[in-house]
Amino acid sequence: MTAELVRGQNHPLSESRLEIRISAGGPVVAGATLSGADGRVAGAEWVAHPASHRLPGLEVSRQAAAEHRLAVDLDALPDSAHRLHVLLALPEGVGGPSRFGAMAAPFVAVTGLDGAEVASYTLTDLDTESAVVALELYRRQGAWKVRAVGQGYAGGLTAMLLDQGLDAAAETAAAINDAVTRGMARSVAAPPAPTAGGDTRARRTARAGDSGDAGPDGSSRSAGSSGPEGSSRADGFVDSPARPDSPARPDGPGSSRTAGSGDATPARTGSGDTGSTAAPVPPAPGGGGPVSYRHPGRETTAPPAPAPAAPPAEPGRPAPPVAGDATGWTMNERLYNQVWGMFEDLARSTAAYRSAVDFAESRLERELDKALSDPRTRVGPAADAAREEARAKRADLVDQARAVLDRDLAQLVAESEVVEHALPPAFARWDSPVWQGFQMPLETPMALRIGDLHLPERPDLRIPMLVRLPLERGLWIDSGRASAREAGLVDSAELRRRAMETAVAQAARLLAVYPVGDFSLHVIDPAGAAGTALAPLLGSGALRDAPAAGAKGVSETLQRLTRRVDLVQMAVRSGAVDSLPPDLDTAEQLLIVNDFPHGFDDRAVTQLRYLADEGPAVGVHLMMVADREDARAYGPVLDPLWRALLRITPLPDDHLADPWVGHAWTYEPSLAPAGSEVLRQVLHQVGQARRAYGI
Amino acid sequence: MTVNLSKGQGISLQKADGGTLTAVRMGLGWQSAPRRGLFGSRTKEIDLDASAVLFAGDQPVDVVFFRHLVSDDGSVRHTGDNLVGGAGKGGDDEAILVDLQRVPVHIDQIVFTVNSFTGQTFAEVQNAFCRLVDETNGEELARYTLDGGGAYTAQIMAKVHRSGAGWAMTAIGTPANGRTFQDLMPAILPSL
Repeated sequence: MTAELVRGQNHPLSESRLEIRISAGGPVVAGATLSGADGRVAGAEWVAHPASHRLPGLEVSRQAAAEHRLAVDLDALPDSAHRLHVLLALPEGVGGPSRFGAMAAPFVAVTGLDGAEVASYTLTDLDTESAVVALELYRRQGAWKVRAVGQGYAGGLTAMLLDQGLDAAAETAAAINDAVTRGMARSVAAPPAPTAGGDTRARRTARAGDSGDAGPDGSSRSAGSSGPEGSSRADGFVDSPARPDSPARPDGPGSSRTAGSGDATPARTGSGDTGSTAAPVPPAPGGGGPVSYRHPGRETTAPPAPAPAAPPAEPGRPAPPVAGDATGWTMNERLYNQVWGMFEDLARSTAAYRSAVDFAESRLERELDKALSDPRTRVGPAADAAREEARAKRADLVDQARAVLDRDLAQLVAESEVVEHALPPAFARWDSPVWQGFQMPLETPMALRIGDLHLPERPDLRIPMLVRLPLERGLWIDSGRASAREAGLVDSAELRRRAMETAVAQAARLLAVYPVGDFSLHVIDPAGAAGTALAPLLGSGALRDAPAAGAKGVSETLQRLTRRVDLVQMAVRSGAVDSLPPDLDTAEQLLIVNDFPHGFDDRAVTQLRYLADEGPAVGVHLMMVADREDARAYGPVLDPLWRALLRITPLPDDHLADPWVGHAWTYEPSLAPAGSEVLRQVLHQVGQARRAYGI
Repeated sequence: MTVNLSKGQGISLQKADGGTLTAVRMGLGWQSAPRRGLFGSRTKEIDLDASAVLFAGDQPVDVVFFRHLVSDDGSVRHTGDNLVGGAGKGGDDEAILVDLQRVPVHIDQIVFTVNSFTGQTFAEVQNAFCRLVDETNGEELARYTLDGGGAYTAQIMAKVHRSGAGWAMTAIGTPANGRTFQDLMPAILPSL
């Protein structure tokens, strides 16, 4: 029967051959000392420790470990030994915890040779101690007993040995630590750190699409702003006319960022090399060392240590901007948050400027009115002076406001330059060099750039418009005349061509940033009008099936996608995802519909609406390339469809509102520069990768 | 330098070293008053609200309160509504942060107010205080003790206003009555 001892309690030992089992929450050194009747350890030869692990009747293990078995033969101990102390100590200089309080309470048990526990003791209440006397075995009237001691020493081994009366305590402690360190070094060496070698390219590619490890859904930013009255920032764009009144603005507490704050910035200077964002890899130990069980590429507990801070600001000037100057677990998440932060800062700085100008105008008006309202002063030099003064006050205030805005804009322009170069393909413009060295990613990125946004105050400051992936809303590329102010310059056919070009560029980007086979494309082009625009998709093999043509093609494609939505929905609802038919494509699907509603009958329109409503939740997305006027015959029945889609335009158009103050932002689609082969090259790679995977 | 103010007392504050304020926080903390009577342990929940009204001249142009947590320019931020108060440990239950450097140029005064949304007077509130803190160094600029403040449901705390190139603060501490800042507008105007 086991006696569970408490501190100070003793228990008789009936056997003389015993084992003392020790288990601790981490590697500890186990030792034992013998002492005479006076309670003193006579000399270093009476201490059993890793460097001298065997004494008559006593054997301890030779290295630090979390589990120990000490063998004791009480009959074989020297006659002059009256007490045996079992000691535990934390190894020094090997990187473990330095106090027992930081690990689970050690447990010791005295067992017979048959393994039956005689007595056990858990050493609780340890805190800063790094060495502890666990048990004492002592002679009492010719018989041996065990006592739970639990006396800890913050001073470590040396203090403990000194307390036991050993004169050469320091030397013995040093010998023990030395032996432990050597024992550790005997362990298998850690694998070499993955250094920049032939596989750098592959790793960079793997990293380029890296966002899967950004928490469950990397949603830090959207969580921050989706207060009870806020729409999620992930897709916070609202169409201007439909913008709700001010109470519905997402003014969550987390939605603000102070511009120009020159705080030390945890970010790396933007070299564009996202490959080195991996968790710090422990250096390969030269002469062997403790085994590192850390996965070299995985971040488990905390975000990576802040990268080198930005160079300190010159006094009186804001710190130079760096890419990735935001919170996040990965570089991509930090960049995403930084872009949204820039977006918000630009919106708010501009709001401050506009409200100051508005105020200046209204004040001018008021003062002019006042000067004119008095008939005595309406004419004459006094009136002129009053008007002059009012105008000067207006100009003064506007100048001040402009100066503040220019200061903020300069900071944002500088930040934008740095950030733009550091963006991974999914966030980058088509003319960015990252698309030239593009490789198929291994992970889905957290967001996708679908265009640029700018305000009239500073048209050259472009904010990337990033939407979260997987898409939460379908896209509607408006080929209608009313969409663009510049539309007067372009005829309707040209507009349709450009809309289709925009659609292809967006589809190509989606295909490229998803891992191979995780995204597939369907096209409905009932009249075959978009043949030229679709050629790169078809030619490269990125689009497998030819565009569905005619009413039959339309209904077949819709039928297929509706079936997929239904099946996946059913499977998800009943928790039977395993029983989906094997021929079902589980990749995300994108359906491009050109020339809507040409070739659509009522049934097909209903199916399309069903897809728009139910599709996004199960990975079926819509991209309509359409002019709303064409579908006017359907009446208000289609309004929910248009509203459910995020409207973008092939030409710059200011129809998007930000979620904070509701400015009208000019949207410009992200297109490959004229004459550039980048789109074709990227699609070629997509097609090749798909063929290699047999898709 | 902390100024303990009683109601109605006004004092002009400049930073001691002659510098100007760049960021201030108005913090509000309170604890519900225990109800007397048979069920003495029952407490009534008291909801105090901190608001900041931004004035250009004598025109209110923006307001930051529990329904509009960030001013349109982003310079004034409310950290969120607290409906029940704290445990009376002395921490701020609601706070409004003002980044004075980002305040639009036409705004020259920001007035801070406290209202009792649930209608209890300050006499019923326990351990209620309101303070203004210089955010750059954490120094408390002014502190008011609200409890025992009499049968008022609101107080106009202080205003931060432009002075020369920088900002200065004037404590107001005028008691008033009202549920939200709108009710206080007539009371605010005289102190602009």
